[in-house]
Amino acid sequence: MPEILIISGKGGTGKTTLTAAFAHLAFEAGDRPVICDLDVDAPDLHLLLEPSRRVTEEFVSGHEAVIDPGKCEDCGLCAEVCRFDAVLKGGTKGQRHKGTKGAGSGESELSGYWIDPLRCEGCKLCVVQCPAEAIDFPDRMCGHRHLSDTRFGPDTRFGPLVHAQLLPGEENSGRLVNLLRQKAGAMIKEENRSLVLSDGPPGIGCPVISSLSGIDLTVIVTEPTPSGRHDLERIVELCDHFKVPAGVIINKQDLNPDEVAAIDRFCESRGLHQLGRIDYDSKMVEAMVRRQTVTEYTDAGIGEQVRTLWRRIISWAQMSEAA
Amino acid sequence: MIIAIASGKGGAGKTTVSASLAAVMSPPAIAVDLDVEEPNLHLFLEPEITGQEPAYMDVPKVDETGCTYCRACADICQFKAISVLGEVILTFPEMCHGCGACMAVCPENVISYDRRTLGDILWGRADETEFLMGRLRVGEAMSPPLMRQVKARLRERLAETGADALIDAPPGVSCPAVNAVMDADVIVLVTEPTPFGCYDLALAHEAFRNIGKPMGVVINRAGLGEDAIYAQCREAGLPILAEIPYDRAIAEAYSQGRIISETSDYFKEVFTDLAENIKKLAVADVAREEISHA
Repeated sequence: MPEILIISGKGGTGKTTLTAAFAHLAFEAGDRPVICDLDVDAPDLHLLLEPSRRVTEEFVSGHEAVIDPGKCEDCGLCAEVCRFDAVLKGGTKGQRHKGTKGAGSGESELSGYWIDPLRCEGCKLCVVQCPAEAIDFPDRMCGHRHLSDTRFGPDTRFGPLVHAQLLPGEENSGRLVNLLRQKAGAMIKEENRSLVLSDGPPGIGCPVISSLSGIDLTVIVTEPTPSGRHDLERIVELCDHFKVPAGVIINKQDLNPDEVAAIDRFCESRGLHQLGRIDYDSKMVEAMVRRQTVTEYTDAGIGEQVRTLWRRIISWAQMSEAA
Repeated sequence: MIIAIASGKGGAGKTTVSASLAAVMSPPAIAVDLDVEEPNLHLFLEPEITGQEPAYMDVPKVDETGCTYCRACADICQFKAISVLGEVILTFPEMCHGCGACMAVCPENVISYDRRTLGDILWGRADETEFLMGRLRVGEAMSPPLMRQVKARLRERLAETGADALIDAPPGVSCPAVNAVMDADVIVLVTEPTPFGCYDLALAHEAFRNIGKPMGVVINRAGLGEDAIYAQCREAGLPILAEIPYDRAIAEAYSQGRIISETSDYFKEVFTDLAENIKKLAVADVAREEISHA
């Protein structure tokens, strides 16, 4: 069972558009995919696959420190020990947003210490050091995870979608990514499915590392721009670090032939699997506006290019499996 | 004034807008790349780098000769970065958040600090604009600790020069993005008029409005996609500060590493107006606060 991850380093190169089209093509070929959106921070795949929810669960991870103003003796030790500058004094009710006791809108000045939940990393140091035992340490609700069915009805669906949404400002932890991947793996057995197709997050940090580790194949989507190439080099270094085989797709290939040549040279020098190219074409967005995958929207031009890419990914996956 | 350029969706045009604004801002100004995972601003501003230093995080180092294996360190650590197995202490430096809790609770005082490399901080100058960036080490999972150190350097520079700052933020709306915009005076959200752009703009608005700073929108690739974004901005009370038309020539200029405001007089004016609109937005907010405090 291959687990294929679509990733890019740089945002906006076309990861989600391509993942959705690949889901369509895998479904069309009878491959029974489990689709997974690992960009839990700004997930967009559901906008194209229009899922209906089967199950939603809360995602609770770690704790946050909260000062009880009734018990606080104003000694300020918590502010001294906090390495995250999360303990603040004064401020208005309006500033003491989300999660903090007494939160709400309002401009009147308050006295005393409070902990900014956006800065608190939940280390517990202030909790154990507070001489008045005035700091609570409740569980932290970080988001929701979902198992859904994608469109086209129960008999003809693309496959189940495993996805999540972090609450705004929460730590983009790898834990949620790992939970989604575990769920996708379980779906393979439970529903006798053959393939996990995952849309990865941008960047090279924690959620990307959690998405990459132990994956069978990574497809990197880049573009022929200085940013695209720079970020490609960093994500390839990360793939090497985790010994994950990587292939490269150049999207918007006709924007700059010199950059395309530079990317090709880089791929050759690093022994990367060159999967192919896609033209710069507003049909990508026209399809998105109609909530369609690009391969549903058009068979010609970029539609045909994306079909070719998927055939190459599948044969690459079969080759790797055989090796 | 500190201006943060952010967006929920990656690739919406943050760096395009940041580079162009940096080119039209009146000095003294400092451009800061806080997208430490994939910093790109330097590719467009092409600054002369005049200084660079590595950034570290304190991680625990245990001297086991005095250790009684009491487990206090392992019990307090919320990040599974230190554990005690019988009479062996294991540390996992890559899991550590550098909070110092283990050291603070150790009754024998046998925990000191080692360090983990987070990445580099680089600085320099692009014409009249000062430049500052963080670059995360490939393989390092946490970007906020490096971002905090870049911001500390920014504060020093601002105190010294009284410059305006322009922050190129990372994409998304989780912890790193919030970290990048939380100290700004005004937040500019870059989006595009597509379903992904609309959805991620709503996420960004929800995430950042708690910070309580004025926010406005730049619509990139205007004319592409659909018009729903305009109604969305109106309903959310988000002013549209500038529109950059959908134009293949812009995408080509970007692919050549060019700064869009320098490609024509028209675009120079678009970004000069944007800088003016951002200033007005910030000033209007200060006036509103003064009225409410009066």
